[in-house]
Amino acid sequence: MTGRIGSRLGRWMKGLMLSNLPLMINCKQFESFLVDYLEGDLSDRQRAIFEFHLKICRECRDYLAAYGRTIEIGKAVFADPSADLPDDVPDDLVKAVLEARRG
Amino acid sequence: MLGALQERQHATPGGQADSDDIVVGLRNGSATHAERFVRSNIAWMRAVARRILRDDGLADDCVQEAFLKAFGKIDGFEGRASLKTWLHRITVNEALMKLRVLKRLGEQSIDELMPEFDKNGCRIEAPWPSLATTEEIVERKSTRALVLSKIRELPENYRIVLLLRDIEEMETAEVAKLLSLSQSNVKVRLHRARAALKKLLEPLLRGELG
Repeated sequence: MTGRIGSRLGRWMKGLMLSNLPLMINCKQFESFLVDYLEGDLSDRQRAIFEFHLKICRECRDYLAAYGRTIEIGKAVFADPSADLPDDVPDDLVKAVLEARRG
Repeated sequence: MLGALQERQHATPGGQADSDDIVVGLRNGSATHAERFVRSNIAWMRAVARRILRDDGLADDCVQEAFLKAFGKIDGFEGRASLKTWLHRITVNEALMKLRVLKRLGEQSIDELMPEFDKNGCRIEAPWPSLATTEEIVERKSTRALVLSKIRELPENYRIVLLLRDIEEMETAEVAKLLSLSQSNVKVRLHRARAALKKLLEPLLRGELG
Protein backbone atom coordinates (compact mmCIF):
# COMPACT_ATOMS: atom_id res chain seq x y z
CA MET A 1 0.00 0.00 0.00
CA THR A 2 2.74 2.46 1.07
CA GLY A 3 4.72 1.40 -1.99
CA ARG A 4 1.79 2.12 -4.26
CA ILE A 5 1.27 5.58 -2.77
CA GLY A 6 5.02 6.20 -3.05
CA SER A 7 5.08 5.18 -6.68
CA ARG A 8 2.03 7.31 -7.44
CA LEU A 9 3.64 10.31 -5.73
CA GLY A 10 6.89 9.68 -7.58
CA ARG A 11 5.03 9.50 -10.87
CA TRP A 12 3.15 12.72 -10.08
CA MET A 13 6.40 14.55 -9.34
CA LYS A 14 8.02 13.14 -12.46
CA GLY A 15 5.01 14.23 -14.50
CA LEU A 16 5.24 17.78 -13.16
CA MET A 17 8.95 17.95 -13.91
CA LEU A 18 8.69 16.50 -17.42
CA SER A 19 5.76 18.70 -18.37
CA ASN A 20 7.25 21.96 -17.11
CA LEU A 21 11.03 21.94 -17.61
CA PRO A 22 12.42 23.19 -20.93
CA LEU A 23 13.58 20.63 -23.51
CA MET A 24 11.70 17.86 -21.75
CA ILE A 25 8.73 15.86 -22.94
CA ASN A 26 6.36 13.74 -20.93
CA CYS A 27 5.69 10.06 -21.69
CA LYS A 28 2.59 10.81 -23.73
CA GLN A 29 4.56 13.16 -25.98
CA PHE A 30 7.35 10.56 -26.15
CA GLU A 31 4.76 8.07 -27.41
CA SER A 32 3.83 10.30 -30.34
CA PHE A 33 7.48 10.41 -31.52
CA LEU A 34 8.02 6.65 -31.41
CA VAL A 35 7.41 5.63 -35.03
CA ASP A 36 9.45 8.53 -36.40
CA TYR A 37 12.26 7.73 -33.96
CA LEU A 38 12.40 4.10 -35.06
CA GLU A 39 12.34 5.12 -38.73
CA GLY A 40 15.07 7.71 -38.25
CA ASP A 41 12.69 10.53 -39.24
CA LEU A 42 13.26 12.83 -36.23
CA SER A 43 15.36 15.99 -36.55
CA ASP A 44 18.60 16.05 -34.51
CA ARG A 45 16.95 18.26 -31.89
CA GLN A 46 13.86 16.05 -31.62
CA ARG A 47 16.02 12.93 -31.36
CA ALA A 48 18.13 14.46 -28.59
CA ILE A 49 14.98 15.35 -26.61
CA PHE A 50 13.52 11.88 -27.20
CA GLU A 51 16.73 10.15 -26.11
CA PHE A 52 17.06 12.35 -23.04
CA HIS A 53 13.58 11.31 -21.97
CA LEU A 54 14.59 7.70 -22.52
CA LYS A 55 17.58 8.17 -20.18
CA ILE A 56 15.51 9.48 -17.30
CA CYS A 57 12.33 7.41 -17.66
CA ARG A 58 12.45 3.75 -16.67
CA GLU A 59 8.86 3.12 -17.78
CA CYS A 60 9.50 4.39 -21.31
CA ARG A 61 12.77 2.43 -21.55
CA ASP A 62 10.93 -0.76 -20.61
CA TYR A 63 8.06 0.13 -22.91
CA LEU A 64 10.34 0.78 -25.89
CA ALA A 65 12.19 -2.51 -25.32
CA ALA A 66 8.93 -4.50 -25.28
CA TYR A 67 7.55 -2.53 -28.23
CA GLY A 68 10.71 -3.23 -30.28
CA ARG A 69 10.61 -6.90 -29.31
CA THR A 70 6.99 -7.07 -30.47
CA ILE A 71 7.98 -5.79 -33.92
CA GLU A 72 10.81 -8.33 -34.16
CA ILE A 73 8.58 -11.19 -33.13
CA GLY A 74 5.87 -10.19 -35.62
CA LYS A 75 8.41 -10.24 -38.45
CA ALA A 76 9.97 -13.48 -37.25
CA VAL A 77 6.74 -15.50 -37.07
CA PHE A 78 5.91 -14.61 -40.67
CA ALA A 79 9.46 -15.28 -41.83
CA ASP A 80 8.98 -18.87 -40.70
CA PRO A 81 7.84 -20.69 -43.87
CA SER A 82 5.56 -23.05 -41.95
CA ALA A 83 3.58 -20.03 -40.69
CA ASP A 84 1.60 -19.59 -43.88
CA LEU A 85 2.42 -22.62 -46.02
CA PRO A 86 3.91 -20.72 -48.94
CA ASP A 87 6.20 -23.27 -50.54
CA ASP A 88 4.08 -25.77 -52.41
CA VAL A 89 2.87 -24.99 -55.92
CA PRO A 90 -0.88 -25.69 -56.03
CA ASP A 91 -1.42 -27.47 -59.37
CA ASP A 92 -5.20 -26.99 -59.40
CA LEU A 93 -4.83 -23.26 -58.95
CA VAL A 94 -2.08 -23.04 -61.57
CA LYS A 95 -4.40 -24.84 -64.00
CA ALA A 96 -7.33 -22.54 -63.14
CA VAL A 97 -5.20 -19.42 -63.70
CA LEU A 98 -3.93 -20.65 -67.05
CA GLU A 99 -7.43 -21.64 -68.19
CA ALA A 100 -8.81 -18.25 -67.16
CA ARG A 101 -6.00 -16.61 -69.14
CA ARG A 102 -7.01 -18.52 -72.27
CA GLY A 103 -10.50 -17.15 -71.63
CA MET B 1 16.25 -14.65 -42.35
CA LEU B 2 14.94 -13.38 -45.67
CA GLY B 3 12.50 -10.47 -45.24
CA ALA B 4 9.53 -10.14 -47.54
CA LEU B 5 11.14 -7.20 -49.34
CA GLN B 6 14.44 -8.97 -49.91
CA GLU B 7 12.53 -12.01 -51.07
CA ARG B 8 10.66 -9.84 -53.61
CA GLN B 9 13.85 -8.28 -54.87
CA HIS B 10 14.97 -11.66 -56.14
CA ALA B 11 12.69 -11.44 -59.13
CA THR B 12 12.48 -14.98 -60.43
CA PRO B 13 14.76 -17.94 -59.74
CA GLY B 14 16.83 -17.18 -62.86
CA GLY B 15 17.33 -13.48 -62.02
CA GLN B 16 17.00 -10.44 -64.30
CA ALA B 17 17.67 -12.22 -67.62
CA ASP B 18 15.02 -14.81 -66.86
CA SER B 19 12.63 -12.08 -65.78
CA ASP B 20 13.19 -10.16 -69.04
CA ASP B 21 12.63 -13.36 -71.02
CA ILE B 22 9.34 -13.98 -69.18
CA VAL B 23 8.13 -10.43 -69.85
CA VAL B 24 8.89 -10.75 -73.58
CA GLY B 25 7.22 -14.19 -73.69
CA LEU B 26 4.10 -12.91 -71.92
CA ARG B 27 3.86 -9.96 -74.29
CA ASN B 28 4.04 -12.39 -77.21
CA GLY B 29 1.26 -14.51 -75.70
CA SER B 30 3.49 -17.56 -75.08
CA ALA B 31 1.68 -20.26 -73.07
CA THR B 32 5.00 -21.76 -71.91
CA HIS B 33 6.15 -18.43 -70.51
CA ALA B 34 2.76 -17.88 -68.87
CA GLU B 35 3.03 -21.23 -67.11
CA ARG B 36 6.59 -20.51 -65.94
CA PHE B 37 5.48 -17.11 -64.71
CA VAL B 38 2.56 -18.58 -62.78
CA ARG B 39 4.52 -21.50 -61.30
CA SER B 40 7.41 -19.38 -60.11
CA ASN B 41 5.21 -16.82 -58.36
CA ILE B 42 2.02 -18.50 -57.25
CA ALA B 43 3.22 -19.86 -53.89
CA TRP B 44 4.44 -16.57 -52.42
CA MET B 45 1.46 -14.68 -53.90
CA ARG B 46 -0.87 -17.13 -52.19
CA ALA B 47 0.96 -16.59 -48.91
CA VAL B 48 0.61 -12.80 -49.22
CA ALA B 49 -3.11 -13.09 -50.06
CA ARG B 50 -3.71 -15.48 -47.14
CA ARG B 51 -1.97 -13.16 -44.71
CA ILE B 52 -4.19 -10.27 -45.76
CA LEU B 53 -7.49 -12.08 -46.30
CA ARG B 54 -7.26 -14.83 -43.63
CA ASP B 55 -9.37 -17.09 -45.85
CA ASP B 56 -7.86 -19.70 -48.17
CA GLY B 57 -10.70 -19.65 -50.71
CA LEU B 58 -10.72 -15.87 -50.97
CA ALA B 59 -6.93 -15.89 -51.20
CA ASP B 60 -7.03 -18.28 -54.17
CA ASP B 61 -9.62 -16.07 -55.93
CA CYS B 62 -7.40 -13.10 -55.23
CA VAL B 63 -4.32 -14.82 -56.69
CA GLN B 64 -6.23 -15.78 -59.82
CA GLU B 65 -7.49 -12.23 -60.29
CA ALA B 66 -4.03 -10.81 -59.64
CA PHE B 67 -2.54 -13.02 -62.36
CA LEU B 68 -5.26 -12.01 -64.82
CA LYS B 69 -4.59 -8.39 -64.04
CA ALA B 70 -0.85 -8.95 -64.51
CA PHE B 71 -1.39 -10.68 -67.88
CA GLY B 72 -3.59 -7.78 -68.94
CA LYS B 73 -1.12 -5.11 -67.81
CA ILE B 74 2.15 -6.70 -68.87
CA ASP B 75 2.50 -4.33 -71.86
CA GLY B 76 2.57 -1.46 -69.36
CA PHE B 77 5.26 -3.05 -67.17
CA GLU B 78 8.19 -0.64 -67.43
CA GLY B 79 10.76 -2.55 -65.42
CA ARG B 80 11.35 0.29 -62.95
CA ALA B 81 10.70 -2.17 -60.12
CA SER B 82 11.43 -5.88 -60.41
CA LEU B 83 8.74 -8.08 -61.91
CA LYS B 84 8.18 -9.60 -58.48
CA THR B 85 7.76 -6.22 -56.78
CA TRP B 86 5.27 -5.24 -59.49
CA LEU B 87 3.36 -8.48 -59.01
CA HIS B 88 3.46 -8.08 -55.23
CA ARG B 89 1.79 -4.67 -55.54
CA ILE B 90 -0.92 -6.09 -57.80
CA THR B 91 -1.56 -8.96 -55.36
CA VAL B 92 -1.81 -6.65 -52.34
CA ASN B 93 -4.12 -4.33 -54.25
CA GLU B 94 -6.42 -7.18 -55.27
CA ALA B 95 -6.54 -8.47 -51.70
CA LEU B 96 -7.37 -4.99 -50.36
CA MET B 97 -10.14 -4.64 -52.95
CA LYS B 98 -11.63 -7.88 -51.68
CA LEU B 99 -11.48 -6.61 -48.09
CA ARG B 100 -13.26 -3.44 -49.17
CA VAL B 101 -16.01 -5.43 -50.87
CA LEU B 102 -16.36 -7.51 -47.71
CA LYS B 103 -16.43 -4.25 -45.73
CA ARG B 104 -13.85 -5.67 -43.36
CA LEU B 105 -11.78 -2.48 -43.60
CA GLY B 106 -14.26 -0.34 -41.67
CA GLU B 107 -13.22 1.70 -38.67
CA GLN B 108 -12.90 -0.29 -35.46
CA SER B 109 -11.66 0.98 -32.14
CA ILE B 110 -8.45 -0.20 -30.54
CA ASP B 111 -8.53 2.17 -27.55
CA GLU B 112 -8.69 -0.49 -24.85
CA LEU B 113 -5.32 -1.86 -25.98
CA MET B 114 -3.50 1.48 -25.88
CA PRO B 115 -0.86 2.38 -23.28
CA GLU B 116 -2.05 4.21 -20.17
CA PHE B 117 -0.95 7.59 -18.89
CA ASP B 118 -1.86 9.55 -15.79
CA LYS B 119 -3.23 13.09 -15.98
CA ASN B 120 0.29 14.55 -16.14
CA GLY B 121 1.08 12.42 -19.19
CA CYS B 122 3.24 9.95 -17.22
CA ARG B 123 3.25 6.36 -18.42
CA ILE B 124 1.61 3.76 -16.21
CA GLU B 125 3.62 0.63 -16.95
CA ALA B 126 4.29 -2.29 -14.62
CA PRO B 127 8.04 -3.00 -14.23
CA TRP B 128 9.58 -5.49 -16.66
CA PRO B 129 12.04 -7.61 -14.67
CA SER B 130 12.57 -9.78 -17.74
CA LEU B 131 11.71 -9.73 -21.42
CA ALA B 132 11.49 -12.91 -23.50
CA THR B 133 13.83 -13.07 -26.50
CA THR B 134 12.54 -13.38 -30.06
CA GLU B 135 14.20 -16.80 -30.36
CA GLU B 136 12.49 -18.12 -27.21
CA ILE B 137 9.13 -17.26 -28.71
CA VAL B 138 9.68 -18.14 -32.34
CA GLU B 139 11.39 -21.49 -31.84
CA ARG B 140 8.31 -23.03 -30.18
CA LYS B 141 5.37 -23.95 -32.34
CA SER B 142 2.80 -23.18 -29.63
CA THR B 143 4.09 -19.67 -28.93
CA ARG B 144 4.48 -18.96 -32.66
CA ALA B 145 0.86 -19.96 -33.18
CA LEU B 146 -0.20 -17.74 -30.29
CA VAL B 147 1.57 -14.72 -31.82
CA LEU B 148 -0.14 -15.34 -35.17
CA SER B 149 -3.52 -15.61 -33.46
CA LYS B 150 -2.93 -12.36 -31.55
CA ILE B 151 -2.06 -10.57 -34.81
CA ARG B 152 -5.34 -11.89 -36.25
CA GLU B 153 -7.16 -10.45 -33.21
CA LEU B 154 -6.22 -6.89 -34.15
CA PRO B 155 -9.03 -4.86 -35.72
CA GLU B 156 -8.73 -5.17 -39.49
CA ASN B 157 -7.98 -1.48 -40.18
CA TYR B 158 -4.92 -1.75 -37.91
CA ARG B 159 -3.89 -5.32 -38.74
CA ILE B 160 -3.60 -4.43 -42.43
CA VAL B 161 -1.31 -1.46 -41.80
CA LEU B 162 0.91 -3.60 -39.52
CA LEU B 163 1.01 -6.34 -42.15
CA LEU B 164 1.83 -4.06 -45.07
CA ARG B 165 4.49 -2.05 -43.21
CA ASP B 166 6.17 -4.54 -40.90
CA ILE B 167 5.65 -7.86 -42.68
CA GLU B 168 5.34 -7.01 -46.38
CA GLU B 169 7.89 -4.22 -45.76
CA MET B 170 6.14 -1.68 -48.00
CA GLU B 171 6.99 2.02 -47.74
CA THR B 172 4.71 4.36 -45.76
CA ALA B 173 3.92 6.34 -48.94
CA GLU B 174 2.94 3.20 -50.82
CA VAL B 175 0.69 1.98 -48.00
CA ALA B 176 -0.90 5.41 -47.76
CA LYS B 177 -1.71 5.32 -51.46
CA LEU B 178 -3.12 1.78 -51.37
CA LEU B 179 -5.35 2.53 -48.39
CA SER B 180 -6.26 6.10 -49.40
CA LEU B 181 -4.85 7.47 -46.15
CA SER B 182 -2.41 10.28 -45.44
CA GLN B 183 1.14 9.22 -44.59
CA SER B 184 0.79 10.59 -41.08
CA ASN B 185 -2.38 8.57 -40.62
CA VAL B 186 -0.51 5.42 -41.72
CA LYS B 187 2.17 6.15 -39.10
CA VAL B 188 -0.41 6.70 -36.38
CA ARG B 189 -2.17 3.44 -37.26
CA LEU B 190 1.09 1.56 -37.45
CA HIS B 191 2.04 2.80 -34.00
CA ARG B 192 -1.34 1.93 -32.53
CA ALA B 193 -1.28 -1.52 -34.12
CA ARG B 194 2.19 -2.25 -32.71
CA ALA B 195 1.22 -0.89 -29.28
CA ALA B 196 -1.94 -3.03 -29.27
CA LEU B 197 -0.01 -6.12 -30.32
CA LYS B 198 2.51 -5.48 -27.54
CA LYS B 199 -0.37 -5.38 -25.07
CA LEU B 200 -1.83 -8.62 -26.45
CA LEU B 201 1.58 -10.32 -26.30
CA GLU B 202 2.46 -9.08 -22.81
CA PRO B 203 1.99 -12.37 -20.95
CA LEU B 204 4.23 -14.04 -23.52
CA LEU B 205 6.82 -11.25 -23.46
CA ARG B 206 6.91 -11.32 -19.68
CA GLY B 207 7.47 -15.07 -19.73
CA GLU B 208 4.22 -15.73 -17.91
CA LEU B 209 3.00 -18.32 -20.40
CA GLY B 210 4.50 -21.81 -20.49
